[in-house]
Amino acid sequence: MKPTILTKPMRKWAWLFLGPMLVCFGIGFVWPFLHGTYLSFCRFLLVRDAEWIGGGNYAAAFSDPSFRSAFGFTAVFAVVSVILINIPAFAAALALNRKFRGRNLYRAVFFMPNLIGGIVLGHLWSMIFDGILAGFGTSILLDAKLGFWGMIIVLLWQQVGYMMIIYIAGLQAIPADMMEAAEIDGASGSQKLFRIIIPNMMPAITICLFLTLTNGFKLFDQNLALTAGQPFIQQADGTTVRTTEMLALNIYNTFYSQGPSNRGIAQAKAVIFFVTVAGISLIQLVATRRKEVQQ
Amino acid sequence: MKEKRMGANRKRTIRRILLACLLVLLAAGLSSCGSGREKGRVYWLNYKPEIDPTLQKLAREYREKTGTEVRVITAASGTYAQTLIAEMDKSAPPTLFVLSNASDVQTWQKYAMDLRDTPIAGELSTDAYNLYDDAGRLAAVGYCYECYGIIVNPALVEAAGHSMEEIRNFDGLKAVAEDIHRRTGELGFDAFTSSDMDGSSSWRFTGHLVNLEYVYEEREAGKIWTECPPAITGAYLDYYRNLFDLCINNSLVAPNTLATGGHDAREEFVSGKAAFFINGSWEYDTISKAIPGAMMIPYYCGMAGEENAGLNCGTSNYWAVNASVSEADRQATMDFMMWLVTDPEASAEMVREVGVMPFRQAAPSENGFLKNAEEYTARGCYVMDWATNFQPNTDQYRAGLVSALNRYCAEQTDENWEAFRSAFVDGWANQYAATRP
Repeated sequence: MKPTILTKPMRKWAWLFLGPMLVCFGIGFVWPFLHGTYLSFCRFLLVRDAEWIGGGNYAAAFSDPSFRSAFGFTAVFAVVSVILINIPAFAAALALNRKFRGRNLYRAVFFMPNLIGGIVLGHLWSMIFDGILAGFGTSILLDAKLGFWGMIIVLLWQQVGYMMIIYIAGLQAIPADMMEAAEIDGASGSQKLFRIIIPNMMPAITICLFLTLTNGFKLFDQNLALTAGQPFIQQADGTTVRTTEMLALNIYNTFYSQGPSNRGIAQAKAVIFFVTVAGISLIQLVATRRKEVQQ
Repeated sequence: MKEKRMGANRKRTIRRILLACLLVLLAAGLSSCGSGREKGRVYWLNYKPEIDPTLQKLAREYREKTGTEVRVITAASGTYAQTLIAEMDKSAPPTLFVLSNASDVQTWQKYAMDLRDTPIAGELSTDAYNLYDDAGRLAAVGYCYECYGIIVNPALVEAAGHSMEEIRNFDGLKAVAEDIHRRTGELGFDAFTSSDMDGSSSWRFTGHLVNLEYVYEEREAGKIWTECPPAITGAYLDYYRNLFDLCINNSLVAPNTLATGGHDAREEFVSGKAAFFINGSWEYDTISKAIPGAMMIPYYCGMAGEENAGLNCGTSNYWAVNASVSEADRQATMDFMMWLVTDPEASAEMVREVGVMPFRQAAPSENGFLKNAEEYTARGCYVMDWATNFQPNTDQYRAGLVSALNRYCAEQTDENWEAFRSAFVDGWANQYAATRP
């Protein structure tokens, strides 16, 4: 069969099949992104009345101490959450990949928290933390450290199960003959883990690291519901530092501050935020992709 | 040959289907441009969730009566500012929206129609609750006015062996509240309801109770604020502390459990678990059903001469008509507003929900707390105006106050109070600066 018999109609109809997706992508991502970038150079109350002012919003965003503080807090949060989500998720995947009774039930139970929305989770855990911390005469809203670890716990609870499912899929894709050969060759448990399982699971690791890193950076719902940035520290110069405010919440709070100048600044912050998260995750994708092996 | 004919047939069929679809779309488009549009539509973006059921009912009645399309959408509690921005940007924006204060007018003046010489302005019984923009245009009219203070259950005060006569100033209030709190085990009720600091309740302390400080600053300066001052002194903050301490330390719940909330102050009050409740006239309908004798007293805080204080009266509810919608929509909106304030039944329903409506033909208010306010004024007491309406960048400023109060409630030290003072005074200047262009 000549290849043209297949490629000709494919070429002819490709746009029909690609079209709807491209339209959706254009409406849902490309246009808002371009418009958002344009707005970051504008001053506006309503989007339709935006007025071009140049790069002033970026200067204001960079000189805002609350933005810098949120940036630092978010970066630390993202790194800690990546480590603390992926290690337990990987361990749980290894454990639940063995054959035993009730294995599927365990998998389902681990996965379930992921089905609950972030705001609901935040409020539920707020009550749990409150119940515990009240006994010690404190609250998650009174100490930035408690706020930080509180959000980490909620995120772990929500995401470990999800990453575990991805790792299980990765584990099951490892060819059985490879493992068998290793066993026959007398490889120890750690040798199997580091020489066979992990190298073969790099695609799953790439995905999980990407998801947890970006989720850590983008966290909003749980932040809003659990601490809303509290506790605040009033500084000597009159400015306020919201000690547990993450980037997305900082952008949100800026956008909905009164006065039209703040919306453009928030928009500029959002563009900086996007570039940072996209840049970091691309570096991570390239770095881990290189380690992926051909099976 | 046969295949070719079949192909032509198929093409013709497709063409016919497409033509039919086009005609249907055209017809639908034309009908929507027809009589319905000329009539104008009403879309009220409401910011008080508690009055939503009544507004929906009134909108339905008006629609049935006149055939005008009326839509009332209520922003979820605490999200009005966000909803307003999002809705105003849509192709069918609100025709009627609510502004809360002078700084809202500053923000939205471009979109607020000048209401001077309109029938609705002609119906107003006073100019006291109107807001004008920089150019002197009537940007918003107050559609109701309310009051807040300390709601008291006199039956419980008497059950504790006291009388309302004893409560004429802070010392009297303190003596009664502390006595009730001390004997709570014996009496079966406490002095104050809970003072939660979560979003559903903190505004009672960071939006309303703080008003006493602002008002005494105004009184010292000898004039009422007409715009947001760039800075405040916080000179009367100790009086706020007096009353706040009394609330949190003589209450059903421990002060260090207030940060995350979860208590229901209204329920505590109506079920007779506490004698005092910091809130406003909008609670009257609910409270009076359970406690017919409930009354409202001023914020007694230890200020000299406070025996002559009245309740905190004002409004944060101003109607603005969207200037950017069509003439027909604006007309339909103003007709609807007129109906709400002149129709005996509709205005009676509105008044029951929102307090007093300052319009000539509006139904008189039955609200007992607003009657209390009138009694104080009639007695010659000074009215505490709503200076709190001038808080700069309101949500952010109040968030700073809440955070500082949380720390203070957990540990009532002078150091933590000074941190609150900083949030109160420096926070004001900071937020004022943040919202200026």
